[in-house]
Amino acid sequence: MIRKLGGIRLPHLKGTQISETIIQNTPKKVMIPMSMSMGSEAEIAINIGDTVFVGQKIAQSSGALSLPIHSSVSGKVSAIGEMRLINGAKCKTVEIESDGEQTLSADIKPPQITDKDSFIDAVKESGICGLGGAGFPTYIKLSTKSDIDTLIINAAECEPYITSDCREIIEHTDDVTDGIRLIMKWLDIKKAIIAIEANKPEAIEALNQNLENSSDISVFVLPESYPQGAEKVIIHTVTKRVVKVGMLPSDVGVIVINVSTASQIKRYCDTGIPLIKRRVTVEGDCVSKPCNIMAYIGTSARELFELADTNFSKVNRVIFGGPMMGISKMSADAPITKTTNAILALAKKEYKPQTACIRCARCINACPLKLMPTEIEKAYNARDIDRLKKLDVMLCMNCASCSYVCPANRNLAETNQLAKSIIPKG
Amino acid sequence: MNKLTVLPSPQIRSYVSTQKIMLCVCLALLPTVIAAAILHGARALLVVLCCVISAVMFEYIFSLVTKKENTISDLSAAVTGLLLALNLPVTIPLWICSLGSFIAVVIVKQFFGGLGKNFANPAMTARIVLMLSFAQYMSQDAFIFDGVSQATPLSAPQGSFETAELFLGQTAGCIGETCTLTLLIGAATLIALRIISPVLPVAFIGTFAICIAISGNDVVYHLLSGGLVLGAFFMATDYVTSPVTAKGKLIAGVFCGFITFIIRIYANSPEGVSYAILLMNILTPYIDDFTHTKPFGAIRKERKGEADA
Repeated sequence: MIRKLGGIRLPHLKGTQISETIIQNTPKKVMIPMSMSMGSEAEIAINIGDTVFVGQKIAQSSGALSLPIHSSVSGKVSAIGEMRLINGAKCKTVEIESDGEQTLSADIKPPQITDKDSFIDAVKESGICGLGGAGFPTYIKLSTKSDIDTLIINAAECEPYITSDCREIIEHTDDVTDGIRLIMKWLDIKKAIIAIEANKPEAIEALNQNLENSSDISVFVLPESYPQGAEKVIIHTVTKRVVKVGMLPSDVGVIVINVSTASQIKRYCDTGIPLIKRRVTVEGDCVSKPCNIMAYIGTSARELFELADTNFSKVNRVIFGGPMMGISKMSADAPITKTTNAILALAKKEYKPQTACIRCARCINACPLKLMPTEIEKAYNARDIDRLKKLDVMLCMNCASCSYVCPANRNLAETNQLAKSIIPKG
Repeated sequence: MNKLTVLPSPQIRSYVSTQKIMLCVCLALLPTVIAAAILHGARALLVVLCCVISAVMFEYIFSLVTKKENTISDLSAAVTGLLLALNLPVTIPLWICSLGSFIAVVIVKQFFGGLGKNFANPAMTARIVLMLSFAQYMSQDAFIFDGVSQATPLSAPQGSFETAELFLGQTAGCIGETCTLTLLIGAATLIALRIISPVLPVAFIGTFAICIAISGNDVVYHLLSGGLVLGAFFMATDYVTSPVTAKGKLIAGVFCGFITFIIRIYANSPEGVSYAILLMNILTPYIDDFTHTKPFGAIRKERKGEADA
């Protein structure tokens, strides 16, 4: 059954999409968290005082979903510390003082790829996870056993402010298409579709020019609606297929890969340099020169904010990610990770208190998955687990559309997450 | 740098607020208020003012007495007072207006927990209470047009009024229900601003029209008479007391239309819109339970295992 999914209109605020990416100078110090992608924490493979080089593996993958982590600078390991993650857990961090030389590690050489397995191994070794924000290890997606007929390249970038994927397409169109073709080649996928939201005309133009004479990759222009980039939503919009509860995209013959991830795979296969830098959009109403910065992983956000000329005295909130799903940080010194697509410095906003729900149903109409946030809130307040299950709260992907539209300023998305946490697993 | 604030996502919010929604409803009713003053005389304005001021005042006094947060700024009490006024005849004594506001705001709304918790539409319920308690002020002789007591279109024999008279409101009746033209202007505004969904009122009026046609009565006459348009667009669509999903709104609309038809044609009362809406209000929790949305990608198990309610 084809149905129209909900969704909301947001301000785009994508002013940075027209300006060239700034290259960050080598930072004096980086602090690299050992948990940057989904899955278990990586195991530290170096000691304090060790000399490390650019691209050297400093932590090994541990467990099924984990990824190796590489040094983004050359220098000396000065400390192994701890930091708190968003879920309250702690993870280890490796602090490296840069020597400014940026000496490449001797281990770095382009990977030998002969078949699907060696390709997947290479992707794993490069430390690549989804660069769009969720940080799912890419090699897991690629090592599916299902028949895949469509590769969807997610370039929706549906949140306000963020333009890092957009700039990747404009500045490295060839890397993007080459990366897509590499995945298609080794996974034997015949068709790839780049899905991009209509509010990025320059990037769409660049892709159309690049793909003028090719039939294997096509461009699908998504409507300007949030959250188009959510995996289930983008699959439905592009292919009309429905990923049901408990299913993976591969179960409906689709793999969804972020566009910057695709080009990163291509660069790794060419050079052997793992994921040590990424493009970060630095934006927000306190930033005087909003821009994209090619930043070293582990750099403190403060350094990037300084580069973008931020008025620190006005900053009230520091957000990693977009304003809808991004994470509110306790300090501007938090390090850039593999999944940080944007950092925002926002001024104090007028505090609007929560008022009574007037049952206007705006949240129900806004929900892209047709959940009923207002009913979920009531069931959560009553701690009614049966009813929460019946309302399928586990489907909620925390896109926060419900909170956005609520006239009573209720924190519906947050309540959904709390409701998910009281449902027993299994 | 200052101390940072950590907030749950999202960091941005839309500009819609309860207050703005209520303000839009008030503004959408403004043409009707003006029409009431022109058609029924300046006393109509007095009735409106009395109802609105006393509704807001009772809300404020209630918050003082119960030491609850003062909520008059959300304008919901003002909307309740305004809707109540539009449902009263122009001759109504002002103390009854205030009493109606008291019933609506304090008894029907606040006693049940305040905005969002009341099960019945406050203005509608207050109107019914006044109608049953003060029949002499609320029916027949109370309806004056052009200075003389007149039958309302529904208590007069069918065909007593021209269609144009009914559409422009040149008849006796409650001050806000007679002028269909201004009501439709207001309703169209609310639908265009996406404040109300057209599903419920359209189903309401549609079902009613079909039933009237089948029963062999004058459809246009019935559509333009009584409180149908006011009730369908402004009372039945009250967020709090109507179903939340489109499917639920459709069921509620059909139900209201059918009950209105039954009461108007077969019952002893000339008008049935308010009773129909009150009955629908009572059914709303059940309709809501019955019409949950099917989430995208959810797998629905067979319903046989669900014996509990």
